[in-house]
Amino acid sequence: MTKKPKQLHWLVRPKTIKGLWVGGIALLALVTWLGTTVHPHTKFGIEGTPTFYSWYGFVTCVGMVLFAKFVLGLVLTRKDTYYDD
Amino acid sequence: MTDVFIPPALILIFGAFLLPLVGGWARKALTLALPLVTLAAIWTVGDGVQLTQSFLDYDLELVQGSNLSRLFATIFAIMAFAGGLFALNRDNVVEMTAAFAYAGSAIGVALAGDLITVFIFWELMAIGSTVVVWSARTPESARAAMRYALIHLFGGVVLMIGVVAYAQQTGSIDFVAMTPDSFATWAILVGFLINTGAPPLSAWLPDAYPEASWSGTVFLSAFTTKTAVYVLLVGFAGTELLIWLGLYMIFYGIIYALLENDIRRILAYSIINQVGFMVVGAGIGTEMAINGAAAHAFAHIIYKALLLMSAGSVMYMTGGKRKCTDVGGLFQSMPLTTVAGIIGALAISAFPLTSGFISKSMTNQAAFDEGMAFTWFCLLAASAGVFLHAGIKFPWFVFFQKDSGLRPKDPPWNMQAAMVFFSFLCIWLGVQPGPLYALLPFPTDYQPYTQAHVYEMLELLLYSGLAFFVLLKLMKRTLTITLDFDWLYRKLAVDGAVHATSAVCKFVDVFNTVKTKLVSLVITVATEHHNPRGVLARTTPAGVMTLWVLVLLCAYLVIYLFV
Repeated sequence: MTKKPKQLHWLVRPKTIKGLWVGGIALLALVTWLGTTVHPHTKFGIEGTPTFYSWYGFVTCVGMVLFAKFVLGLVLTRKDTYYDD
Repeated sequence: MTDVFIPPALILIFGAFLLPLVGGWARKALTLALPLVTLAAIWTVGDGVQLTQSFLDYDLELVQGSNLSRLFATIFAIMAFAGGLFALNRDNVVEMTAAFAYAGSAIGVALAGDLITVFIFWELMAIGSTVVVWSARTPESARAAMRYALIHLFGGVVLMIGVVAYAQQTGSIDFVAMTPDSFATWAILVGFLINTGAPPLSAWLPDAYPEASWSGTVFLSAFTTKTAVYVLLVGFAGTELLIWLGLYMIFYGIIYALLENDIRRILAYSIINQVGFMVVGAGIGTEMAINGAAAHAFAHIIYKALLLMSAGSVMYMTGGKRKCTDVGGLFQSMPLTTVAGIIGALAISAFPLTSGFISKSMTNQAAFDEGMAFTWFCLLAASAGVFLHAGIKFPWFVFFQKDSGLRPKDPPWNMQAAMVFFSFLCIWLGVQPGPLYALLPFPTDYQPYTQAHVYEMLELLLYSGLAFFVLLKLMKRTLTITLDFDWLYRKLAVDGAVHATSAVCKFVDVFNTVKTKLVSLVITVATEHHNPRGVLARTTPAGVMTLWVLVLLCAYLVIYLFV
């Protein structure tokens, strides 16, 4: 007899997670589109171009994670018992 | 006026020392009442000097009111109330007494009219906060408290030197706007900056705060760094150096928080990140920037305390678990704590409809208005980065991610009530910024809710969220720490001292060996020549002497006769 698997919380079921990804991507597309419908006054030029805030948010965050992980992390990361030894 | 005017700070400081004298419900009632009475007293403080006291040759201005000082004093009192409510079930009266004395001292700084009064309350804050760190009563907290005290006492000494030099130079101790153009004002600025967590001495904050108890860290997050922001706004607004220091703090906080595994240390790095925004605002120094920095300090105290309350609740209910790698999936059994944590995370990320959206937008707007392109683009990237390291990382790793199997319940009622109160304030101030605007130092009708600005912020934050989930594998937590400037005094200096001691010991050993051998040699030689039979010590018969005298006399005779 197979053991009945424990019921997962609805929020962490694979189906919900898939739905969240689909919904999330739709939301991203929606806000990018909404951003193109307004014309804020610009000062520095580039911040007035369409989709600026979308790609700027994504690219700078990827940059920060990569810098943290592969530059600072490689040099300065130690075991968390470092100071206890 | 004939009425006796009691400085609001002293109500909380002296009131704190009544707490150990009473017990049970009386102590709980006093814990809740003291901050409220203090708050009421703060609101009786009018503009200008309200209370003076002679001290040596000086007239101390113990209480001086302004919009800016009332704003900071108000939020400090509100924080003391919510912190007291959160810690109501913690049976550690030493921590609560120290925390209230610490909060009262912060109010004292905010209402101080002269530099000596600032210094006195500044040092009382250092003592109070050190005791709060130490009150966790663990070996780690004792050591962290000692390191924390050393840094803050050093900062206090630098500040004192600056104040003395300033009084000598100008003949005045009034705490007014200054420019860092002399030794005195530089020393004062450095003393202030040490408490903001500015580089190079940033590490004291993430080193000490997470070692305090689950309730102690909530208090610690609010006062030291924000009083430092207040004194920068009063003393050094418009100093360009602050912009660069603030930007460094902003990115330092993000990068270190991204690498961190300890839940409360993530939030500690995030304090430096957020204070960086305020320091940039102080550096820009326009009315909009000062309003932005002051509003951000107000909003920040609330949402940061809320985040640390939710982290503290997790710690309290899981028997002290404090690492991301040990928790996860807690949303299933701690719904209220999860929601409070998410609201705090959204507010710190400046999500529309939260308090952070109003306050951070003002600082960013100030940079934009002044045409500071580099600063503005950095602040924009940093706003996205805040969502990355605090907005998503904190709730994700604590309440969601992989299920740890832990099913702790939400904490006791008072802890829940404190979280509900601050969650409400985060949203209320985001929806109704009017009351916050009324507290600001300069009148403003800033409109953050323009269609364009809301869309921009949503784009920035949601794509930051995308970056988080796309790079989730890189964000996986490991059992590591990231070295910081404190390595110099925690490792290098200690290892250096150990090696130096060992080298000195070896030198002394070698010296002793050589010395022993030399002494032995001298003894051996002396013994050889001076022993009873030695060449230099043995006795010679009198006949031999007579013989030699005879020989000499004969030689003399021969020389006399023939030469």
